[in-house]
Amino acid sequence: MSEGVERLVYMANQIAGNFATRGPERAAAATAEHLRRYWDPGMKAKIFQRLDAGEAGLTATAAAAIRLVRKGGEEAER
Amino acid sequence: MNVVREIDHGGKAGSGAPVTLTIDGEAITVAAGTSVMRAASLLGSQIPRLCATDSLDAFGSCRLCLIEVEGRTGYPASCTTPVAEGMVVRTQTEALGKLRRGVMELYISDHPLDCLTCAANGDCELQDAAGAVGLREVRYGYEGEGHLSATRDGSNPYFDFDPAKCIVCSRCVRACDEIQGTFALTIDGRGFASKVSASQAEAFFTSECVSCGACVQACPTATLQEKSVTEIGAPDRAVVTTCAYCGVGCAFRAEMRGEELVRMVPWKEGRANHGHSCVKGRFAWGYAQHRERILEPMMRGRIDEPWRTVSWEEAIAHVASEFRRIQAVHGPRSVGAITSSRCTNEETFLVQKLVRQGFRVNNIDTCARVCHSPTGYGLNATYGTSAGTQDFDSIAAADVIIVVGANPTDGHPVFASAMKRRLRAGARLIIIDPRRIDLVRTPHIEADHHLALRPGTNVAVLTAMAHVVVSEGLADEAFIRARCDWDEYQDWAAFVSQPERSPEATAPLTGVPAESLRAAARLYATGGNGAIYYGLGVTEHSQGSSAVMAIANLAMATGNIGRPGVGVNPLRGQNNVQGSCDMGSFPHELSGYRHISDVAVRATFEADWGVTLDPEPGLRIPNMLDAAVDGEFKALIIQGEDILQSDPNTAHVAAGLAAMECVVVHDLFLNETANYAHIFLPGSSFLEKDGTFTNAERRIQRVRKVMAPKASYADWEAVQLIANALGLKWTYSHPGQIMDEIARLTPTFAGVSYDALDAAGSLQWPVTAGAPLGTPTMHIDTFARGKGKFVVTDYIPTDEKTGPRFPLLLTTGRILSQYNVGAQTRRTPNAAWHAEDVLEIHPHDAEDRGVANGDWVSLKSRAGETTLRAKVTDKVAPGVVYTTFHHPATQANVVTTEYSDWATNCPEYKVTAVQVAPCNHRSTWQETYGELSRRTRKIAMAGGENIAAHE
Repeated sequence: MSEGVERLVYMANQIAGNFATRGPERAAAATAEHLRRYWDPGMKAKIFQRLDAGEAGLTATAAAAIRLVRKGGEEAER
Repeated sequence: MNVVREIDHGGKAGSGAPVTLTIDGEAITVAAGTSVMRAASLLGSQIPRLCATDSLDAFGSCRLCLIEVEGRTGYPASCTTPVAEGMVVRTQTEALGKLRRGVMELYISDHPLDCLTCAANGDCELQDAAGAVGLREVRYGYEGEGHLSATRDGSNPYFDFDPAKCIVCSRCVRACDEIQGTFALTIDGRGFASKVSASQAEAFFTSECVSCGACVQACPTATLQEKSVTEIGAPDRAVVTTCAYCGVGCAFRAEMRGEELVRMVPWKEGRANHGHSCVKGRFAWGYAQHRERILEPMMRGRIDEPWRTVSWEEAIAHVASEFRRIQAVHGPRSVGAITSSRCTNEETFLVQKLVRQGFRVNNIDTCARVCHSPTGYGLNATYGTSAGTQDFDSIAAADVIIVVGANPTDGHPVFASAMKRRLRAGARLIIIDPRRIDLVRTPHIEADHHLALRPGTNVAVLTAMAHVVVSEGLADEAFIRARCDWDEYQDWAAFVSQPERSPEATAPLTGVPAESLRAAARLYATGGNGAIYYGLGVTEHSQGSSAVMAIANLAMATGNIGRPGVGVNPLRGQNNVQGSCDMGSFPHELSGYRHISDVAVRATFEADWGVTLDPEPGLRIPNMLDAAVDGEFKALIIQGEDILQSDPNTAHVAAGLAAMECVVVHDLFLNETANYAHIFLPGSSFLEKDGTFTNAERRIQRVRKVMAPKASYADWEAVQLIANALGLKWTYSHPGQIMDEIARLTPTFAGVSYDALDAAGSLQWPVTAGAPLGTPTMHIDTFARGKGKFVVTDYIPTDEKTGPRFPLLLTTGRILSQYNVGAQTRRTPNAAWHAEDVLEIHPHDAEDRGVANGDWVSLKSRAGETTLRAKVTDKVAPGVVYTTFHHPATQANVVTTEYSDWATNCPEYKVTAVQVAPCNHRSTWQETYGELSRRTRKIAMAGGENIAAHE
């Protein structure tokens, strides 16, 4: 994995942490929305790969958010 | 060409009820409070005067403006005599003529008779007054005791002080007091011995004078005279334009002699500055003519090759072919651009259009990424628009002023003068800052509370203030119920009321005594109109966006939004930070802050531009650099920004740039980033182009061309050349057409045009059909988003921790005389005030390390190391050190880290764990970079010789 992916993992966790007061579900949804609105497709693709590779380093909320982003993207494609 | 002459009516306008009087037989109606002198001037009758000017309060010392008033005895001074109903005034009588000649005779008897060789010849009020009173002789002779042999003080780099020419009218002293608020000048001595003195009879350069130029502007003689006028001669025309330094956006008269700029004089009709200036805008414009400017395009295959001067055609064709090649090889998303807050709205709009329309991606970002991107996020989330809520004049109605994470006297000096004026009139002051900035205690001003928090704890402090407001019942429930989402307020109120948010619970981590914080919060909530002004000390943190939202929450909770005197006001560092953000420079949004994923918004641009736009957000600057290091991002156009010096973790920036195949730098100078560039396009200064800047109060102001572009093309023209080389067929012939397109596509700019700007002078967006003259105060009846939104802002400490290796916290900032990376100000005599970056360190920390004032020290973090001199001072608290980032020889950002704001990636410049130690050598980075810089700045000359572009 590149240094860039580790940075994305850090960023995703940081975003999720700042939404933590909303509780796990709402925090994951807010984090997912943030990633959709501000991350470019390449960044999203890289973090999906990390998700598939075992979620190493991702907090539970960040991982849940990334799953939501991917699910939303797949649904949009369908 | 807009040639402007200013009229000085000799006194300020009154504001009372209409009063009608007769002056020399003519009736006039003016507001009560107006002086007879001003009323006469409005009638077209100039009463001779010397000590009066309409930028200062009436003083009545020169005794030249005497008048006769029917029914009154004596000869009162017209400058200090207010108009009255039915008053009958005579300004020209035989008796008055004799009196004035007598007074004038005394002045001239102690004044050099060198008018023909004087720099002020033709622009001297003393000369004019002598003519106006008909002075024909001086009966006293010139042999007696006088001041003609007084020594001239030429110590200031920009103006001379010649006391031999001084008439002791006190205009300079009053300008320093009333306008600038520095109180650096005084009249020393009494009677015949009276003389103007800087500080305690010091030279101007070493005195407390901040070189704002107010005294020079106020002087009616050549006593205080710009050196440029002495050297070049009197200007023969003036063009009104906008300063290219900070976000205050001062309007200036660029006074010209032919194609040569003689001086910049603040324009009194300028709505942001009202005729005031600072040392940068007033004097530090010499960089625009500096010998180190690059005036021809240059290219090279690799950065270790010397630059080769080429034609514009060759350079532009190469940019287009390289970007097309790289997109073909590495994919469409492998290229991007960075817009500049130093360039015009029109130029910025075109750069982002080039990326979206030409490259068909959204990899566009702006240098606001590293300063105020959290403002965009935070104020948009809470209020619905990414901008400050007030105009600058609002400060005059503020009762309690909070300055948080900003240093206005250094960063925004002209606005600071307005703030100080209000504070001297009685407004209360709360400062939240780790450093004891000058505003904490300055002549006639002392902050009620200075909350000297530990760097990185803004959110905890602001939330603790909210805790006090809510828990002590100080919230403005009526406002909140009417204007905000009540449910969200209740959630927020419950959060901030938790015991762990209290001042007592947070004091150990913030370092702010609980009682001080409580007192400050009570004052803000109950002291009348509460206005918050903030700067990069709020935004440049890992919780920058949270801090902005915490500020917005506080203002809503106390009802301090939607009228003059209140509000939330980001102080923007660079001249066009607001504008560059407005213009769609961020990778996720189009102009007017509309998200790129919005189908309807995208459709309007697609219809106008004739292409399909990418609906996905693009890369931010740090993401571009990360992607470059990973080998995925390959080409970048950088207009008017020096990311190698300004962005954090210099080594990482360098690695990202070095990994790219084509870096295009479009700038005035071969800046530090250009060391890694393959193509250099010479830029145009603000004097060489038309356009607009938008200042921190959303004020759109014209920038007017006063001379031809020295490198042939204005920056917007250069971007158009690239666009057309890519086949985009742009046909702009004037920036006004670009503004028309911006207005067509951006609802908040709908009513903006160059004609509208010329007619109004300036306009504050939103400028719409409902607000054709703009919007000085926002959110008056409703927030831009409808209901104001309270956002819970949990304090999450930064991951940048102090420890045994790095026990001190470094915070960075700027100084009055320098600007940003110093590319402009270092190339002016301003360097005399700040020739190098220094490290402020508290005496205790210095003693612990054996560091004395002026010693060389090593400043080291986990990211890197630099060396600079120490300045031992208790301006910083124990445990905190501070430096500026103006000099590439220091490169403070070698030390700062990759940590950034959670929402926007705005770097955490304000918190870096460091160690400081005595040192006698430059750091490895400084040595290595210095060598690279020398190597990569070579320009190939005819005959095979390579020369250094500059030192």
